[in-house]
Amino acid sequence: MDTKIAILLVIAAAIIIAPLVLYSGLTEEEGFFTGSDGQGPEYLEEQGYEPWIEPIWSPPSGEIEVLFFSLQAAIGSLIIGYFIGYYKGLARRREDEIDEEVSQAKGK
Amino acid sequence: MHIYEGFLPWQWCVFWYALAIPVVVYGIIRIKKVTDEHPESKPILAVSGAFMFVLSSLKLPSVTGSCSHPTGNGLGAVLFGPAVVSVLCVIVLLFQALLLGHGGLTTLGANTFSMGIIGPLAAWLIYKGWQKVEGSQEAGGFILVGIFFAAFFADLLTYVTTAIQLSLAFPIPTFESAMLKFMGIYAVTQLPLAIAEGILTVVIFDYIMKLRPDVLDKLGVLELVKKVGKIEEPKETV
Repeated sequence: MDTKIAILLVIAAAIIIAPLVLYSGLTEEEGFFTGSDGQGPEYLEEQGYEPWIEPIWSPPSGEIEVLFFSLQAAIGSLIIGYFIGYYKGLARRREDEIDEEVSQAKGK
Repeated sequence: MHIYEGFLPWQWCVFWYALAIPVVVYGIIRIKKVTDEHPESKPILAVSGAFMFVLSSLKLPSVTGSCSHPTGNGLGAVLFGPAVVSVLCVIVLLFQALLLGHGGLTTLGANTFSMGIIGPLAAWLIYKGWQKVEGSQEAGGFILVGIFFAAFFADLLTYVTTAIQLSLAFPIPTFESAMLKFMGIYAVTQLPLAIAEGILTVVIFDYIMKLRPDVLDKLGVLELVKKVGKIEEPKETV
């Protein structure tokens, strides 16, 4: 991995870790780290809005929800890893072929 | 950016569906065309979809003290154009609506419009513009800066669109004040995450660019042939 990529990944990690440090000790109970996706509906319910239709199915608990979120991430990572690996293999083989051609040419 | 099931009046659900459906249909046609013309681009299409799968599953903390998730829609938009991303987006949103109770079927049109159409459209326009400006430069670092901005704005504008959609449906008491409220919830929280998403998109794009520049060139993402002449293609035997 080249240094440019390493530096970029460290910056990305820092951006994500910063809020955890900044608000360290604070939890959901103080209103921290809740999802923005949920805050919109929460606000609308405060204004007296009632959703007119319920989801046909939703995870019965937080654990089950985490299960499906993890599954989603796992499927995605698997596909990315598989094809990047495949492409790396292709590139490696091409390098080997070029090396072979060079050594054959030298042999003659 | 997911608007939950039941949180848009049905008239608005119909409205956003009506705008999203033609784009998704066109996207399906585009996917067929691209994969017929360049079958070797299929793995990259799969990676673009997978990237959306991973990023939209990650709920990350933001400096506002709320959590939100990136969208992953910039990568596919730069590589294949916004219409193709709208199709990938429908797959991601259906998975989340059916299995996670996240988003919804009635709001699928609205959510596709923000994450699958406006965000990707922004990314695509920014990158195409960047290519024109960058045109005379050599391939490399400058392209990655363009990718960063494309992904950053794709992420951010997805959430701005959600804020606009909710403000239009619920102008309490006026559209402007509702907009201020929803922008605060969605767009401000999203800023640091959009930067992180931009960086991650640069990282994966860099990988793809190094491993398969030939495919990116055929897709019109890199103008290598125009710049340096013929490029080598690895032999594929699957």
